[in-house]
Amino acid sequence: MTSVAEDVPLGRTARRWEVLPYGLILPTVAYLSLFFAWPMVQAFQLAFREGGAWTIEPFRMMVNDANFEDAFKFTMLLVVVIVPLQFVLALAMALLINSKLHGRGVFLAIFIMPLAISDLAAGLVWQSILTERGYLNTFLEAIGVIDQPYIWLDPTKPNQLLMAVVVAELWRSTAFVMVIFLAGLQGIPHEYGEAAEVFGAGFFRRVRTVILPLLKPSLQVALLFRIIFAFEAFAVVIAITGRAKTTLATEAWRWQADYFNSHVAAAYSALILVLSLVSAGIVVWLLRTPREQMLQ
Amino acid sequence: MNPPRSALAGVARVFVYGSAVLLSLFILIPIYLMTLAAFSSNEDTYDYPKELLPRGLSTETMSFFINFGGVLDALQRSVIVALVTLVVALVIGTPAGYALARFAFRGGDTLRLSVVGTRAFPIVILSIPLAVIFIRWGIDDTVLGVSIAHTALALPFVVLTTASVFAGVSPELEEAAMTLGCSRATAFVKVALPLALPGLAASAIFVFIVSWNEVFAASLLTLRHRTLPAEVLALLEGAPPNFRFAGGFFLMAPSVIVILLIRRYLFSMWGRVLK
Repeated sequence: MTSVAEDVPLGRTARRWEVLPYGLILPTVAYLSLFFAWPMVQAFQLAFREGGAWTIEPFRMMVNDANFEDAFKFTMLLVVVIVPLQFVLALAMALLINSKLHGRGVFLAIFIMPLAISDLAAGLVWQSILTERGYLNTFLEAIGVIDQPYIWLDPTKPNQLLMAVVVAELWRSTAFVMVIFLAGLQGIPHEYGEAAEVFGAGFFRRVRTVILPLLKPSLQVALLFRIIFAFEAFAVVIAITGRAKTTLATEAWRWQADYFNSHVAAAYSALILVLSLVSAGIVVWLLRTPREQMLQ
Repeated sequence: MNPPRSALAGVARVFVYGSAVLLSLFILIPIYLMTLAAFSSNEDTYDYPKELLPRGLSTETMSFFINFGGVLDALQRSVIVALVTLVVALVIGTPAGYALARFAFRGGDTLRLSVVGTRAFPIVILSIPLAVIFIRWGIDDTVLGVSIAHTALALPFVVLTTASVFAGVSPELEEAAMTLGCSRATAFVKVALPLALPGLAASAIFVFIVSWNEVFAASLLTLRHRTLPAEVLALLEGAPPNFRFAGGFFLMAPSVIVILLIRRYLFSMWGRVLK
């Protein structure tokens, strides 16, 4: 990540120790220190200190909480199922837009529509489709697949609940990954793929051996963000499953909002932070480009 | 024997357009159904089987939602919070974005990386200590408190996108204005700012939506004076279908409209950030 400024110094005024840039960034640095960095420190204090002494009591309470195991498992499942499916879908969308498709502008506009939809809204949208007296059952009954409404969001069927949340999240958040891929694809000259085609490489081989390796930086960025966001799953799960399924973020929210225990809530959020950073770190490390390969 | 090349290309074309259409339907149908549900009559929202085509549209469900509980007040608060967030985040963040785009200075890259890095620390973590701090300061359950949290969330985004926007405005134009006698400030206001304005507006609109959508912090930082998403979430359990349908549509619609409005700026906003 090279700074743009190094490429285009603004005449004589861009000397290293000029005061102006520091003046310009000061408000941002001050605000983020006061309302971002300092609260983060407070979060760790809440999780690890009680009554002026170090403690792991909030973590003990969190692990022994009746909902902990369910929340932990469901959050991990969501991440593991959603992220890979979403990457395949996003890659397909990005490749379609990047091909010589007629009406690609229209398709792009459609594909990015959900980009800014919130997870609460997405949950409500899919709840209206999947609910017993909803649109999916209406449609299936109209074409004769079922003869009475099927209960898709059955609280006793965890796999169906998982799939419902997965579909809602794929619908909502794949656009984000696609935009990153598309930005990456536009940096890959068409000639590379065309050259491979001349030598007889089929479409899937071109994707695997030419496009994916060149798209690796975009893959890494997208993975990093999506894994971190997926660990925050919250309102979409409440909107679709009610109280039948819970996530780590939901538990953090309940401990703060319903039980007024900031210590356990902070313990939950510390766990989310560690899990998302570690998973994102592992994935990015697995996708690293070895130095020898970079030199070739 | 291989089939003739044109036939193969024909099959490939059908496949390509077929997938594009299927993916489009996957995106569009839920948006269509949510809109349909929100504009059916109160009676129809309870009905089964549902109408799949727009017949007998009505604003009954929407007006039921608006007048339900504290929804109208919550809507007002949501708009205020989003506007305050937008103004404060842009006023504070745009100069930093400009500095990152125009100056080579020690700490510039560190700032850029830390600003990107803030996204690794989700709102889930930020809101809990903020809730505790705001109670101590006496600004819990206020529009101010939620705006402060949302600005903290939006500011990194503003810095990065405005840096990207200003990087797309050639510095030579400002230099030219300065050789013709403009001061640095006048050159900025008269040359760089007008050229960057569409991109900045796109960034501002996006900030509005970030705040409009945010529910985790908003519902932890408020109790009675909730924003719209927090109000919808709080009333969700046991809410009638017409409330859910209209609520879903009300939260979804601005996001879709905004994205369609600013779509041509998405890549200039994010282009350099994502590399």
